[in-house]
Amino acid sequence: MKLFGFIIVCLTGGLLLYGTGELPDWGDPHSPASIHLSNDYIEHAMEQTEVPNLVTAVLADYRGYDTMFETAVVFCAGLACFLLLRDFRPKKEYYYRHVPTGVVLHVKNNERQIAPGKEFEDVDKDWVPSDTIIKTVCRILIPFIQIYALYVVAHGDFSPGGGFQGGVIFGSSFILLAISYNLKTLMKRVSEKFLGIFSAAGVLVYVGIGAFSMVLGGHFLDYSQYIPFFGEHHIRALGMLGVEIGVGMAVTAVMAIIYINIVSEGRHDEGL
Amino acid sequence: MSWPIDLIVLTFVIFCAIAAISVRDLLGTAILFGAYSFMMCLLWAVMGAVDVAFTEASVGAGVSTVFFVAAVFRTSRRTKD
Repeated sequence: MKLFGFIIVCLTGGLLLYGTGELPDWGDPHSPASIHLSNDYIEHAMEQTEVPNLVTAVLADYRGYDTMFETAVVFCAGLACFLLLRDFRPKKEYYYRHVPTGVVLHVKNNERQIAPGKEFEDVDKDWVPSDTIIKTVCRILIPFIQIYALYVVAHGDFSPGGGFQGGVIFGSSFILLAISYNLKTLMKRVSEKFLGIFSAAGVLVYVGIGAFSMVLGGHFLDYSQYIPFFGEHHIRALGMLGVEIGVGMAVTAVMAIIYINIVSEGRHDEGL
Repeated sequence: MSWPIDLIVLTFVIFCAIAAISVRDLLGTAILFGAYSFMMCLLWAVMGAVDVAFTEASVGAGVSTVFFVAAVFRTSRRTKD
């Protein structure tokens, strides 16, 4: 079976390498893409959109429709994870740790739950004492990671980055919180309901900006319709920023949803 | 002319790919996938596609490695074959 798989992989790789022989060279000035389309973007994008980063100009303005459905695909990925993995059955067993003495109580009766507070704290089944160094370092790091993520989203039209990258970085700050403390700490900060609404709201922001420009009498995602509200200066860059914020919201929430569902087998009680 | 860097990084990419399928420990495979993604990120940065490199660094080397580790944590760490 392993040999069979190896033969299949070698065949597919050979076919792919054979196929890439037909492609134009990298950076070839006579390739079909470089004859008129790339030149048109490079020459006119700056004066048409006032955005220095051509990649963002192409992704969020010339090809904004594609990016909208990419955001919808990310949202569907989060939805699929939720539908496949979420397990609503209540837990059978609870573990509590008496903080002053360190005794761990194992409660098997669902009716006899203890309210965690100063005296008792919730612990996972395979509990290890949390490390002060890791906790403190992550606590200091997380705000900086989040500020950096917001910077990446806000400067998507001037420098590399944008909604997808910024959203992923913001989502990883949530994941870092869940890894350094425990999953319950994260679930206290951001509830499941909030994440679901937030991910859907991101897609809605994107579609809403596009649809509202139709209400104002233009085409779908035509940012120049917003000139009466924001003035003529940098209007397309502002529209792109709004769209990127929508993408960032959706991606942030979806990353957190996927991580929480995978690591707790859909029960949202204990993770890594 | 950046062909020496290309050559070194591509060697590392192939090395990481072969190591990822021959290691018996799935956690090691997840880490090797992260290294593979990082090498691809370097390759794109050399080509000048900075946006793609940034996406690969954050998604490929960052979050997807964490998802792999989480999946390994909930399943088994040893491969059967």
